[in-house]
Amino acid sequence: MVGLLPLTLTAATVRRRGKRLLGPLDLTLDQGGLTVIIGPNGSGKTTLLRVMHGIERLSSGTAQWSLPPAEARQQQAYVFQSPTMLRRSVLQNLRYPLDLLGHPRAEASARAADWADRIGLGQALDRPATRLSGGERQKLALARALIREPQVLFLDEPCANLDGRATRDIETLLLAVRATGTRIVMATHDMGQARRLADDGVFLRGGMVHDSNRAPSFFDAPKTPELASFLKGDIVE
Amino acid sequence: MNDIFEGLAAALGLIVALDPDLIEISARSLQVSLTALVIACALAIPLGTWLAVQRFRHRRTVIAVLNALMGLPPVVVGLIVYILLSRSGPFGVLGLLFTPTAMAIAQVIIITPLIASITHQAMRDLWADYHDLLISLNTTKWQRVRTLIVDGRRNLLTAALAGFGRAIGEVGAIMIVGGNIDHATRVLTTAIALETGKGDFALALGLGFVLIALALLVNIAIHALSRTESEGRW
Repeated sequence: MVGLLPLTLTAATVRRRGKRLLGPLDLTLDQGGLTVIIGPNGSGKTTLLRVMHGIERLSSGTAQWSLPPAEARQQQAYVFQSPTMLRRSVLQNLRYPLDLLGHPRAEASARAADWADRIGLGQALDRPATRLSGGERQKLALARALIREPQVLFLDEPCANLDGRATRDIETLLLAVRATGTRIVMATHDMGQARRLADDGVFLRGGMVHDSNRAPSFFDAPKTPELASFLKGDIVE
Repeated sequence: MNDIFEGLAAALGLIVALDPDLIEISARSLQVSLTALVIACALAIPLGTWLAVQRFRHRRTVIAVLNALMGLPPVVVGLIVYILLSRSGPFGVLGLLFTPTAMAIAQVIIITPLIASITHQAMRDLWADYHDLLISLNTTKWQRVRTLIVDGRRNLLTAALAGFGRAIGEVGAIMIVGGNIDHATRVLTTAIALETGKGDFALALGLGFVLIALALLVNIAIHALSRTESEGRW
């Protein structure tokens, strides 16, 4: 498999309607591990993830994978904050990314059924995906993202509004995926989750990288007072 | 009021007696309008979906024109198709004027903008829902259109039924291009117009009730086939 990483953002800036949402921001994403992006609301976490994935247009600057953009996108997957359920059955949702690539029907169905088992939806293959619960949807979206075996996985608050058990299921899955060498980049509001999962952390504030470091130093010895107070649970704007 | 009861009685009489003329013109009505519907859907559904997915310079203008064309006067469409198909017209050599084919062509022109416009409305909402996911999965334009058509098929049913309703009840265009020729191009609507003109209200009303019943039957049949109400709402 041709390597996709590193990703290099150079002076990446996103402006919409005269407002600066992100940057200018320099960031390099290297091989391996799980990066957690934290920061207050509106700090640009989602925009940063979308820029990396290449679905948000840059106003200036560049985002450069080591592959051409179209090939690079094929090797990535993205789980949105409110996951989109196709108006199809669970099985058809799972196999959809494979269908797009023209995989044989039997193989696509088998892989989809296998993933359904892994996320505990093995008995619900024919259920309409739009009738799943919040946690099941999130797991389905994650499995659908992983079925193409991407090199890089982006997650935007994968456990927002989920209870402990659903969160644990998802975290277990993420750790298993990381162990296979998939690069994970994840935005989260859950500091406990950030500590449990992170190999390194990025703290965004006002569209800029305010602080970043390897875990556990990122959490235990923050370099900036703002990150320190954000981690303590104080309100940082 | 009396006329209406006589009409109902006439309708029943025609149906019970399996009047051969009635069956012939009803079958022709269905044949013309269903042919027009199939062709119009094949054109309008991909067009409407594509308009929801694709961004281009004059998109708004195209959509505005499409919406305006929903109100296309059938008589004018009939007139234009007549001129195009008449002996001296550009397609005169085909000899299509005063045939069911000509009537279907006129109806295709009338209902295509209607179906395309309703399709576009429905697909716009679905596309807003699917946009991020389909972009993220690196889909081609054609894959996006196909996914929307497959997943929005229930909305498309509404569009198709609206188109069928307009086609089966339409009289202005098919009167002009078909000519209401007995045993050749006479359909329910033109027959009603003829009987009304002759003053035979009972027969005209009878045909009218048959027309309404036919439209209802087709609607119910299509709904039953696609199981709109019985399965889960998508």
